Amino acid sequence: MSNARDVSDAQFTDEVLLSEKPVIVDFWAEWCGPCRKVGPILDDISVEYSDKVDVVKVNVDDNPNIAAEYGITSIPAVYLFEKGKVTGTVIGARPKQYFEKEWSEVLVK
Amino acid sequence: MSTAESTATEIRDVIVVGSGPAGYTAAIYTARANLKPLIFAGSVTAGGELMNTTEVENFPGFPEGVQGPELMDKLEQQASKFGAQIEFEDVESIDLEGEVKRVVLANGEEHFARAVIISTGSAYRELGLPNEKRLSGHGVSWCATCDGFFFKDQDIAVIGGGDSAMEEALFLTKFARSVTVVHRRDSLRASKIMADRALAHEKISFAWNSGVADVLGDNKVTGLTLRNTIDGSESHLAVTGVFVAIGNDPRTELVKGVLELRPEGTIAVEGRTSRTNVPGVFAAGDVVDPTYRQAITAAGSGCVAAIDVEHYLADIEARSLATQQA
Repeated sequence: MSNARDVSDAQFTDEVLLSEKPVIVDFWAEWCGPCRKVGPILDDISVEYSDKVDVVKVNVDDNPNIAAEYGITSIPAVYLFEKGKVTGTVIGARPKQYFEKEWSEVLVK
Repeated sequence: MSTAESTATEIRDVIVVGSGPAGYTAAIYTARANLKPLIFAGSVTAGGELMNTTEVENFPGFPEGVQGPELMDKLEQQASKFGAQIEFEDVESIDLEGEVKRVVLANGEEHFARAVIISTGSAYRELGLPNEKRLSGHGVSWCATCDGFFFKDQDIAVIGGGDSAMEEALFLTKFARSVTVVHRRDSLRASKIMADRALAHEKISFAWNSGVADVLGDNKVTGLTLRNTIDGSESHLAVTGVFVAIGNDPRTELVKGVLELRPEGTIAVEGRTSRTNVPGVFAAGDVVDPTYRQAITAAGSGCVAAIDVEHYLADIEARSLATQQA
């Protein structure tokens, strides 16, 4: 199960930057093997912490502008946005517990 | 901790930690020996190093080559087919002493087995420069197949002189304008076929006898400072991407202080077996191999571990029968 939504370059400002809630953004692509591991982990987080955080996915093939704007050159790249600002980045595939630890102030049970 | 309900009290014959060619081969053999192996494949590391490669041309039985992830998928299917239970969980710690081994997962679950096979593989080595960490994900990368896409028509550097460095360099030529291979020596360590391909490629050039002294850039990589390994002179290489392929270190964190290691850092095993210094604990694949480190040698070593486990379990059974009869 997942509450994660796909977000495009055009929707990014509304869905992420102007969001009241913290937003986890998963920058990914079809051809990226490790992205396939992180996807389901973030799906879990989107359900388990649905009242704390939104999870959105940006396909960098279809939406290269936002990825370029944030200088992303490695995926999976998972960014945490709070009130329009980047407050955390996790580069590379990591286990669920890593996100929970890294972003423990937002991912509160 | 609320592990009471999730903790499995069953004592299994064998648990395999790791899911590269060694782990899955051990799984196939122990499953076929009816030992009902439980494999902890890892949540993000499942499939091991081959998941980050493209074409594997030297694995016997695939004259047309095979994609790394596809090969690992097939190994996983083959292990499942014979009854191996594969869990995509991370192991947090292992209690290896005593007749029953205890494996604790990152989610708090505990599992028990009479034998454990450690096949945790190796992790890529870093340059060890402060700016390398800071710029990781912003031009510094360890995975050409993951990140090459971001470097279309750019000048990039690959650090290293082995097979994996050549593979990265050749792969990156699909995207990059130019690829400079930075290597500490004046000749390549890579296999002849890979070296020849790289040396002949029009987009690839070489910075010989050079090490990386610094990675430059504020928010993203803008260049490298290279230091000549012979005369110590420094030079600047303007690149926007750096792919580090300078080798791997065995992943022994789980067993450090318990299992004997070799000076090279790999787990010490007895002769050609997979037996470690702790009875009931076996090790296979890159985590025991400082020399060959191939998919096929890892697979072979996983097979050795499976057969060693079979013998070990048969021995304990025979001994416990003998005690009962005495």
